[in-house]
This record gives sequence, C-alpha cells and structure tokens, in this order.
Amino acid sequence: MKLLTGNDLPTGDVVWWTGSGWSRHVADAVDVGTQGEAILQVEEGARRVNVAYVIDATPTPDGPRPAHIKDRIRAVGPTVRFDPASAPDAAVPQVI
Amino acid sequence: MYKYDQYDQRIVDARVDEFRDQVQRRLSGEMTEDQFKPLRLMNGLYLQLHAYMLRVAVPYGTLDSRQMRMLGHIARKYDRGYGHFTTRQNIQYNWIKLEDAPDILAELATVEMHAIQTSGNCIRNISSDQFAGAAADEVADPRVWAELLRQWSTFHPEFTYLPRKFKICVIAADEDRAAMRLHDIGIQLVERDGVLGGRVFVGGGMGRTPMIAPEIRDFVTADDLLSYVEACLRVYNRYGRRDNIYKARIKILLHEIGADEYRRQVEEEFVAVKALGVDPPKAEFDRIAAMFAPPAFDAAASAGVDRSDPDFAVWLDQNVSAHKQPGYAVVTISLKPIGGIPGDASADQIDVMATLAERYSFDELRVTHAQNIVLPHVAQADLYTVWQALTEAGLAEANLDLISDIIACPGLDYCSLANARSIPLAQKIASRFADANRQRDLGELKLKISGCINACGHHHAGHIGVLGVDRKGTENYQLLLGGSGAEDVSLGKITGPGFDEDGVVDAIERVTDRYLAERAEGERFLDTYRRIGMEPFKEAIYG
Amino acid sequence: MADPEQTDPDQANRGGEPRLRFRTDEASDEPAITLDAFLEGQTNATAVRLEAGDDARALLGHLDKVALVEVSFPTFRDGRGYSAARILREGGYTGELRAAGDVLVDQLPLMRRCGFDSFAPEAEIDAAALERALTRYDYRYQKAADAAVPVWKLRHG
Repeated sequence: MKLLTGNDLPTGDVVWWTGSGWSRHVADAVDVGTQGEAILQVEEGARRVNVAYVIDATPTPDGPRPAHIKDRIRAVGPTVRFDPASAPDAAVPQVI
Repeated sequence: MYKYDQYDQRIVDARVDEFRDQVQRRLSGEMTEDQFKPLRLMNGLYLQLHAYMLRVAVPYGTLDSRQMRMLGHIARKYDRGYGHFTTRQNIQYNWIKLEDAPDILAELATVEMHAIQTSGNCIRNISSDQFAGAAADEVADPRVWAELLRQWSTFHPEFTYLPRKFKICVIAADEDRAAMRLHDIGIQLVERDGVLGGRVFVGGGMGRTPMIAPEIRDFVTADDLLSYVEACLRVYNRYGRRDNIYKARIKILLHEIGADEYRRQVEEEFVAVKALGVDPPKAEFDRIAAMFAPPAFDAAASAGVDRSDPDFAVWLDQNVSAHKQPGYAVVTISLKPIGGIPGDASADQIDVMATLAERYSFDELRVTHAQNIVLPHVAQADLYTVWQALTEAGLAEANLDLISDIIACPGLDYCSLANARSIPLAQKIASRFADANRQRDLGELKLKISGCINACGHHHAGHIGVLGVDRKGTENYQLLLGGSGAEDVSLGKITGPGFDEDGVVDAIERVTDRYLAERAEGERFLDTYRRIGMEPFKEAIYG
Repeated sequence: MADPEQTDPDQANRGGEPRLRFRTDEASDEPAITLDAFLEGQTNATAVRLEAGDDARALLGHLDKVALVEVSFPTFRDGRGYSAARILREGGYTGELRAAGDVLVDQLPLMRRCGFDSFAPEAEIDAAALERALTRYDYRYQKAADAAVPVWKLRHG
C-alpha cells in the first residue's frame, strides 16, 4: 500500500493522510494508491501539510507498517529516550 | 570572553525581526517551502525526521553561565527538557515548533545568543580549541581571531549563497585539539620573529570524500586575515562546483584544480581585495583581544589535590588536564555516561554546569567538538567540590578520550539524512566496555560513529570509526581503523565487509583484544595500528 | 550615456509597486548582449548580460563602453552573481548593475550590498516586504560594495 505523509507546517509534527485530513497517528493512514501526488499538490498548496511524500507500507492488524526502517522510526518516534535517571540497560520497546 | 556592544546587539535583534517576518510570510503562504528553506536553514532550523530541529550557535564553543542557563530554559520551555551538544561546538534541540522559533531567537538574543548561519550554504560557526586561554602550549588565544572571523562572516553579502556549507577552525598550538586540518579553512596561529600570524590550510573535510587540508599560505598576519580569507572564499564562490551537491565543497575544487593553482588564484584575488580596505584597524583587534585576557587568577592558588577518595582520583586522572596557571586545572565534563546518549544533557544538568562555571570557573564553559563540556579555569582547591556536584548530577563519568567517550551523530533516531541509528550502537559499545579498569587499560581510544556518509560523527577521524549504511533496507555498519583528527591527522580505512549492530560491537571487541595482544610499551591503539597495519586486525575480525 | 534625470522617489507608494531601481539616471532600454558577443568587439551595444558562470573580470577593460550589466541568477541559490557584482564595482564600474532572474525579497538587501542597483525579478516582489527588508538592518559588520560603514569603523573611526 502507499501512504501519504508529511509534516504539519507550524508545528513540524509528523502527519499521515487519513483520506479526509491529516492525523498524527500512522494507524489512521489510508492507502492512497496512485493518488498521492495529486493529493499532496492540493494539500501543500493549501498549507495543510508541508513537504509531503508517498511511502510504501504493508497493512497489519494494528495499522499500516511503513516498509522502510526510516519511515517506521518516523512513525513511532526515536528508539532511544533521553532520561539521565534511567539505568543503562533500560530498553525502549523497539516497535520498529 | 567577547561581550556585545550596541552594534552587535542591534544586528542580532534585527535578525530576530527578519526571521519573524520570514516565518510569518511562510505561514501565510507568501513564501513557498522552496523559497523559505535556505532562509530557515540560515537560522539553524532544520526539518528533521520527527520535528523541526534548531541548532543554536555557541561561537567557538565559548559561553557563560547566563547563556548556559538560557540553553536550559529553551530546552524546558520549547523542547522536551534536554539538548544535544554537537561536533561543531553548538547545541541542538530536536522538538522545536516553527511557530515558536521567532520567540526562541528573541529570547536567545537577550543573552547575546543566536542561531545565525548554523546551517545553510554559508559560513558556519567558527570553531576553536576547547582549552583556549588555559593551555600552556598556545601562542595566543585563538578565539580573538575566531571572533574577528565571526563578525566578518555574519551576513557577509557575497558569501551567503555558496556552493555548499563552509567551516572554519582556528587553533593556536601544535597539538590540534579541534580537528583543524579537517575543515574547509583551518588556521593555526604561530609566531615568527616575534610577529603573530596564521598558517592557513584550505580544503579539508569529511563526508563522502574525506580530505586533509593542504597548507595554502604559511603566514598571514592579523591585519591581512580578513582580506586573505575573503579572497579564499571568493575563489570558492566563483568556481566551486554547483552541479552536484556531493562535489560542491571547497575540498573538491582544490582537488580538481590542485592546491598550487588554488593558491595562485587566491593570491591574485588577495591583491585585489586587500586594496579595498576590508581589514579592520589594529584597534579593533586589540578591543577584541582585551576581552580574552586571562581572568583574575589567584597567584597564590595552592597546587596539589587530596587524592584520598579513590573515585575522585580516577576522575582526576582521566578528566582533568593541566592549566598554564599554577594552582588551576581544566575540567572536562563527560556527556557520555555509560549507556547514555552521547552529547545529550538535561535542562537540570545544564543548570548544574552553569552554576559550577559561575562559581568555580570564572563564569566560563566550553563545548568541545567531542560533545563534552569544559570548565576551563578551575582552582585545584575546588576540584573535589566540583567533582562531587558532577557526581550528583550524573556528569562525572571518568572517560575522557577512552573508548566509551564516543562521538556519535544523532543518527536515524532523529536525522532524516541517516541510513542507520548511531545512538543505540554507542550505548551497546559503551556497555560492552563499561568496566572502568578495562577502559583505562585500553587507554586513549577515540571511537566515532556516523549514521551516514555525511560524517557528522567524524568517523573518518576515529581511531575506530563506524559508518552506518543502508544495506537493502536494513541498517548495516562499516568499521574503519586508524583515523585521527589531531595534529597527526589521518583518515580511517575500512576493514572489510560490514556488520549488523551486534556484529560490529563484537568486531570492535576483537579489534581491541588484538591491540592488547600486540601492543608495545606505551603504545596507544592508534600507534599499534600504525605500526602493525590493518592485516592483523582484519584477521582478528574476519578470521 | 544618458544624462541623469530625477525620478519620483515615491515610486514604492504608487500603486504598491516595489522599488526595483536605485539610480537617478534614465534606465537603459537597450537589449543586453552576451559577454562573448560584447568581447568580440563588433558592436555598439552598451548593455551586457553575464550568465552565472561568466567571468565578470573580462569586462574590466571595457567599462567605459558599458551602461548596463545584467547579471543572471538562474536560481536564487546560485550565489556567483554576488561576486560578479562586487568585482565590477571594485573595478570602477559606475553604470547600472542589474540582478535578473530568480531574485526574491530576502536576497535584495544582500544584492544591494554587493553593488546591484536595479532588479528584474521573475516573480512579483511585495513592496511592503521589500521596504521592511531594505530598512531592517542599520549596522553591517563587514565592508562591501555599498556605502555602509562597517561596524569596526564606527567603533574606531
């Protein structure tokens, strides 16, 4: 499947095309098929999204899973968390 | 350190106003992203993997407690409570909103700080030696020249749209503590017949094609400095490649036309530029130099430290360096706790460092290109107190220049350019080598990790370097050996086929085991490698 | 060359047109010829167009014959034109120096500092944004091709 993703212009938040708008959760993303470019032209022009692009993903029961590791990290956040108090071996769940 | 006068302050304030205007015109749609991007980059604002990232300038890595506290405040108010100190002595924040950026710059301007030219195809932060003003081996404080260059390069109208970024470094000792030879322009201050001048090296850099800068001029005096550097930049602006971003740095130009031809063109241009009167008078140099005069050291400060606390003694031996002033010392605060994120500090830790600087270091701190913090002027009598405060704040890791003192870029966890993550790898390596005795036995071992070929982690200059690559959609790591960013500058060599994350940690361990087996008396890892070559290590890694 | 003529300094306020010319003489309406054609010599042309990669120094021996040099900015990111402009001004050129092409509001102040005194942007420039940009900075750090006195000179005279 193809997902359309970008950043919210004023905040920089990562956003995903839901079919009718933009969500901050990849689980809400829909398959844009071949329409990605057309949608992003309209949405970027209206400044409802910034620097949007199409990525590959596979559907899963928990929502779309981006194909490339970079896009997965973009979807779930950094795999490391800054916390000076945490123990050295404290692991961040790697949902990538 | 340098303090703004009304002119410096008005210039920064005008920049804040300008950027606020530009952001507003972007948000309203008057500007496209394509038009806005170079403008926001020239104010340090990247669009990264998760959010906008803001890179705040710390000119030649020097700041005071008031400025440090502002950095902590920015982290708390506008970010997620922490900041990341970079390999160019700056700080970056990972979770910034575009709509907040003008306010952030306005707040920074109240303490003489900014994000000017920390990105973009322009002249970037002038970097320098983190021990400037404290090291016995310097001929003069290099930051005076760095400050002259900072002002000259700020909003330089001819060099705002260069083929690519431009990085300048100034040092003042034979020992290179700032990787000077790996900069686009590197300057080493020297004294000849009682006259202070600079040896000028041009065309160094890392990235896709690492190069060591050749010497282009053996001596330039302070009153010719800006004309000469202007000539260097003009030749680059006119003839640097603009057809391919991977071939656009000045090192490529020098490589293609040759150092001799580049030198010739610069000398020709220098004659023309010198006649223009772009060099400030000696009075301006003296004005700036006066601000870098030594602090009011206590001439009667007692030397000698009570070493009875064994943990303190370990830290003392590893992280404290000699100061030219008797009774004083230079403290390096490690931002590389075992298992932590290299170069990151929480807002609380930033405040602790600010207070320690204010009380114990004549209100001055430095950011090092190895992503640590220096308190440059600590009385030996205060070292124990400083160490105790650092310990309480989780800032007392005694690992300066040891294998766990890793330089790592943010990598794929944060950076949209990256191919692989670097932070988890750094954490694994540090944990594998966590044993303090083992680390000290290994000795000086500079390990540097870059998450992609852009080499922000300086992997080419690592005694052991790691480069993250994309291998058919999965993260893979190449291992390099034998690089150095010091005065014995050299570029690391790839060992062979790459590894996955666990594989490269094992490979590094096999390399260090081989070093221990082969080393001669007094040899660092780098020395043994240079003596016995790549083959024994290759054999240890791959069998 | 045409005699200098007074033009209306309130140009910017007339119909919201941005001020794109900073000279008091009459604008040349001659078409600019290429540098190569100019140097070939068989021409009465007084207007020359420099592409981004052309060597501005090639004109330095001919400045008395030139009333207008137009420097091309194919993309606003190509900064070669800034050096071309300064080289011409440093070489004594006092004629019209025009930046043409992908010229945007935010680059105009820098271009003025390099000696450009007229502009032919491809895209419309907002007059109000331009006035703000041109009047925003009252101090400059470095000496360039404009009349601005660098800060170090204000400090020490």
